[in-house]
Amino acid sequence: MPLYYTQDHEWIDVDGDTGTVGITDYAQGQLGDITFVELPEPGATLKKGDAPCVVDSVKAASDVYAPVSGTVTEANAALEGEPELVNTDPESGGWLFRLTLSNTSELGGLMDRAAYDEYVAGL
Amino acid sequence: MSELEDQFEELEIEALPLDAWHRAKGGRMVEFAGYHMPVQYEGIIAEHLWTREHAGLFDVSHMGQLQLSGDGVDAAVEALLPIDLSTLKLGMQRYSLLLDEDGGILDDLMVSRWPDSLYVVVNGATKWDDIAHLREHLPDEVTLNHLDDRALLALQGPEAFAALERHVSGEWPLSALTFMRFGKFMLGGAEVSISRSGYTGEDGFEISLPADAAELIAELLCGEPEVKPIGLGARDSLRLEAGLPLYGHDLGPGTSPIEAGLNFAINKRRRSEGEFLGADRVLSELAEGAPRKWVGLTLEGRQAARECAEVFAGSEKVGVLTSGGFSPSLEKPIAAAYVALAQAAPGTALEIEVRGKRLAATVTSLPFVPHRYHR
Repeated sequence: MPLYYTQDHEWIDVDGDTGTVGITDYAQGQLGDITFVELPEPGATLKKGDAPCVVDSVKAASDVYAPVSGTVTEANAALEGEPELVNTDPESGGWLFRLTLSNTSELGGLMDRAAYDEYVAGL
Repeated sequence: MSELEDQFEELEIEALPLDAWHRAKGGRMVEFAGYHMPVQYEGIIAEHLWTREHAGLFDVSHMGQLQLSGDGVDAAVEALLPIDLSTLKLGMQRYSLLLDEDGGILDDLMVSRWPDSLYVVVNGATKWDDIAHLREHLPDEVTLNHLDDRALLALQGPEAFAALERHVSGEWPLSALTFMRFGKFMLGGAEVSISRSGYTGEDGFEISLPADAAELIAELLCGEPEVKPIGLGARDSLRLEAGLPLYGHDLGPGTSPIEAGLNFAINKRRRSEGEFLGADRVLSELAEGAPRKWVGLTLEGRQAARECAEVFAGSEKVGVLTSGGFSPSLEKPIAAAYVALAQAAPGTALEIEVRGKRLAATVTSLPFVPHRYHR
């Protein structure tokens, strides 16, 4: 399943027209201890660049942007009790939400892992 | 993701004596008060809880250390601060406020009686303005020395005494210091001034030391099993839990000491005599009460509300948050705000607006976490 990354440090794991979205290990490291995650409701319609999700760390609240457009199908319920999963397992168990992509061609504007790693190295 | 560094931006800024040491310890450096300072090392929550259970070493060398001396220094200082210096004896330290003509707070500070002078510690972000204000208002006979060749470390937490005692020697044992007392000691081969005070709500010490001894002494203290270096992030969450206002956020020219609940800083003799800058407003608010009050708020749920969020009682806006964040010790969000007197009683149910949503909050007596000073 191909993984894509944004310049705003989201990742999206795509399987057909379904995508799972989270934030990268670099992002969680920058944010520090995460204490709360506000998740989108299933059924919510997102445009690429919308901010359906907020990650609260001890110091700040940060928007998470939709890497692509689509309809939310599921939010990670485990984060309600354990928001720290975003710190400990950001690129797997700490996923944020799933969506059905409405325009898979938007993936073309995203980075692959190698490009993202290079991008982060330059920050 | 947005706002990864929203509170602490990198600018053209200066290095403090421990700059390299913080970096070597893994500190994440941010800009604060014109300096590079560590916001965290291993993580804010871990550092916060470590300080509450053991001891944390904080570099607060950005703060201004001033020495005032000369004929009539006490009277000259009393004209600016609502402090009674006749009861501040050698070896004592006291919290006070620098007020403007309108009773607004220009800074909060600590004043100590040294043998031939007063030693004053002021906030880092305000020190240059404070120095200008003091130079403008103090008579020529009073000399102001900015002790910018000194560093300042705070060692805070229930195990601070045990860790520090192993390394100090002097005329008196460290145990002679109780809360808000200070003395001269030898530490790591340097002559230092140690006060039993701090801004975490815990027992602890603040150590004024020569800047060129800072690295050796920081290393010495962090070599003790009880001690870890702690960043600005945990310093902020610790002081908020302790209900201690932070200048520039909870205090400022737009707030008065009585609104802020700092009545204790208006010393008894000064309440009857007045004769300090801002006395008109301060004394009238002491007599008649202030129209609003700085209160603590405990939020329901886990979502935090932050500075500038608006506070509501029903549809009526009754205040604005001056501080807010997640409390690592209580494991829930806490905040502080100035609210109208009618909403200031503990137990009052209010709402805080965060990103278009109303979060339920209850007015809570300060401190959120009890102080454990060694009196």
